[in-house]
Amino acid sequence: MNRVILIKYGELTTKKGNRKFFIQTLYQNIQKKLAGFNVEITQDLSRMYIEKKKKDLSLILKKVQEVFGIHTFQVAVKIKSEQEEIKKTCLSLLKNQKFSTFKVETKRSDKSFPIPSMEFSKQIGGLLLKSIDGIQVDVHQPEVLVRIEILPEYTYVYTDQYTGLGGYPVGTQGKGLLMLSGGIDSPVAGYLSLKRGIQVDCVYFEAIPHTSLEAREKVISLTRKLVKYRSKISLHIVPFTKIQEAIYQNCDPDYMITIMRRMMYRIMDRLAKQKNALVIINGESIGQVASQTLNSMAVINAVTNMPVIRPVACLDKLEIIDIAKKIDTYDISILPYEDCCTVFVPKHPVIHPTMEACLKNEEKLDYESLIEETLREVFTLSIEEEEETFAEDLF
Amino acid sequence: MIYLDYSATTPVLPEVLESFQQAVIRFPGNANSLHKLGMESRKLMQQAEKQVAVLCHVKEEEVIFTSSASEANNMALKGVLESYQNRGKHIITTKLEHSSILETCDYLETLGYEVSYVSVLENGQVNLEELASLIRKDTVLISIHHVNSEVGVVQNITSIASFLKTNYPRIFFHVDGTQSVGKIPIDLENIDLFTFSAHKIYGLKGIACLIKKKNVNMIPLIHGGKSQTEYRSGTPAVALMVSLAKALRLALEELESRFSYVSSLNKTLRECLVNIPGVIINSPEDAVPHILNISVSSVKPEVMLHALEEYDIYISTKTACSKDNSDSASLLAMGKPHSVSGFSLRISLSYQTTQKEIQDFLKIFEKTVSHFQNELKK
Repeated sequence: MNRVILIKYGELTTKKGNRKFFIQTLYQNIQKKLAGFNVEITQDLSRMYIEKKKKDLSLILKKVQEVFGIHTFQVAVKIKSEQEEIKKTCLSLLKNQKFSTFKVETKRSDKSFPIPSMEFSKQIGGLLLKSIDGIQVDVHQPEVLVRIEILPEYTYVYTDQYTGLGGYPVGTQGKGLLMLSGGIDSPVAGYLSLKRGIQVDCVYFEAIPHTSLEAREKVISLTRKLVKYRSKISLHIVPFTKIQEAIYQNCDPDYMITIMRRMMYRIMDRLAKQKNALVIINGESIGQVASQTLNSMAVINAVTNMPVIRPVACLDKLEIIDIAKKIDTYDISILPYEDCCTVFVPKHPVIHPTMEACLKNEEKLDYESLIEETLREVFTLSIEEEEETFAEDLF
Repeated sequence: MIYLDYSATTPVLPEVLESFQQAVIRFPGNANSLHKLGMESRKLMQQAEKQVAVLCHVKEEEVIFTSSASEANNMALKGVLESYQNRGKHIITTKLEHSSILETCDYLETLGYEVSYVSVLENGQVNLEELASLIRKDTVLISIHHVNSEVGVVQNITSIASFLKTNYPRIFFHVDGTQSVGKIPIDLENIDLFTFSAHKIYGLKGIACLIKKKNVNMIPLIHGGKSQTEYRSGTPAVALMVSLAKALRLALEELESRFSYVSSLNKTLRECLVNIPGVIINSPEDAVPHILNISVSSVKPEVMLHALEEYDIYISTKTACSKDNSDSASLLAMGKPHSVSGFSLRISLSYQTTQKEIQDFLKIFEKTVSHFQNELKK
């Protein structure tokens, strides 16, 4: 049977003026996602059609479930709009399913099809009742809903509905820079931002030799998980050692983390402008650690006037972990490598920092030139969805 | 030569052998070494892991390569039971399993484990009501094959698995899929452990695989530190792993069309064999078409086997792994009398088998049968 994936636009249809742009973006994203498959993607006003030429349908379904902007989709059998053909298909589709109640819905966009929708539904229902034992019609809450859509040339028959990821197509919003630490929260923040269509790129602060290359590999692995939702992500790596050492040598230990975060935000601010990003994104969650109390957030945020989006700010740790597990980043995040925030941890980081004390501490640093120097040393890795197979000819 | 013993082993596909050779030559390093050469071998191994994972719809870390399906079966049973001794010492399996399950169970009994054998119905299907009644508080693991190697009966693994997951989520379910992979689709969703082997799917001997879901703990059979996984030590046989990944891909890609072709061969065989006096067909209609078990009344299977061998035709009595001269355990379990189970032959087919081979086989087979039966009458 020739199976076709039908993607309805769902929430996208509410975006009146931008509708075309949203759909076009979704189309491109699906095309990129399925580049490795031999598929044909077409679209009309209400939905997209993916027709496979070869290969495993379940693999394609899995890929479709990684694309934001798809709310529900169906796998339909595509046949010629001929009565006998439709009847035969309905029967073979349902013969092997286990159910006790069902309902048939027909939509006839092709009015030249000789039988009115209601009448045709009745005919199909009657056929099913006659051919399959122990089933009955339930028009209110059927276990199986058989849908028949009759178009001029082809008819689609389907019973299953799949849930997509929802959200908006990635690319329908501008760019955002995500502070990716290697912990549990920031990849989740990245995922949630991608869900709203933001083009997320990542920034990782490293302090070699205090942090290891394994820690960088870990962040690359995390970015690889996010790249499922955006075909290509730039990972900007900020060599942060000099700044961190300067803070360690000059600042009040209690304020080290606060000052470090302010430095990171300053760098983020400039990087964002350099890279044409509109927002800074991070995984801060209110009250989780000393630098994430409201007081801390206020003094840290004060160094930039860019919008800072904190998608997990109001989630509990367990809620964040649930998402992390769902997007497969949790197991990577809990690998035990030191990151910038854990290398120089003071015994009692300040919970209610004041602006005054921050400024006093920073007076001792020539941070402007340190930041300039650091920004010059930033380098970028381009992370792409890993479809390339190593030594492909052998497989 | 007419080879009709594909369920014992399959010929290696040239492209699989080519991959193996290339991998051996191009990746000489030890995948456990830290240097570049080692890293490359490791990367190749991970690629093999990944391909198997994608094809089986499991995670990469759930793929454990072993030297044989027997090793995988041993590992699953011994490793899981040892790891969960606190839960109990009870196992349930069937009499239709491969000897690497049955003899491992015998061994486990000597260590104080209890084994219950669930019976099968006349059609070879596991008696599900009895299975439910055998489950106890201390049942740790249930092991049931997917396709029986002697008769070709297909167990309804998916429904057993979902029954167990719903009602007994703590019990681990192991499935020996050695005879099913490459013949029928597999769905590992509710299965905790799954065994299959490369040499049954036109790959090389010496490499097989145990899929072990993440939630299952297991003590290794072979200790010696983390290698391909922490569950099996030994220098990774990377080239063999690559060859398995390739053989699996090729086997699954053409599954449907090959199935229907082999079904047509099976149909021809059945139609002709029922007309030969004294021949009884033992495989039920819904068995996999690749395996056709028959009995020739009063003629010893070994005699048939060697007589056909004279014509360069190769079939099998029972399975290659149970050579002792007794009745077919599978047919006995299905309630067949000695006159059937003591005289069974297995013809196993492949997509490589031609209609002509089937016709030639049938001619010689019929001649041989009537020769022996005339002799008996004398």
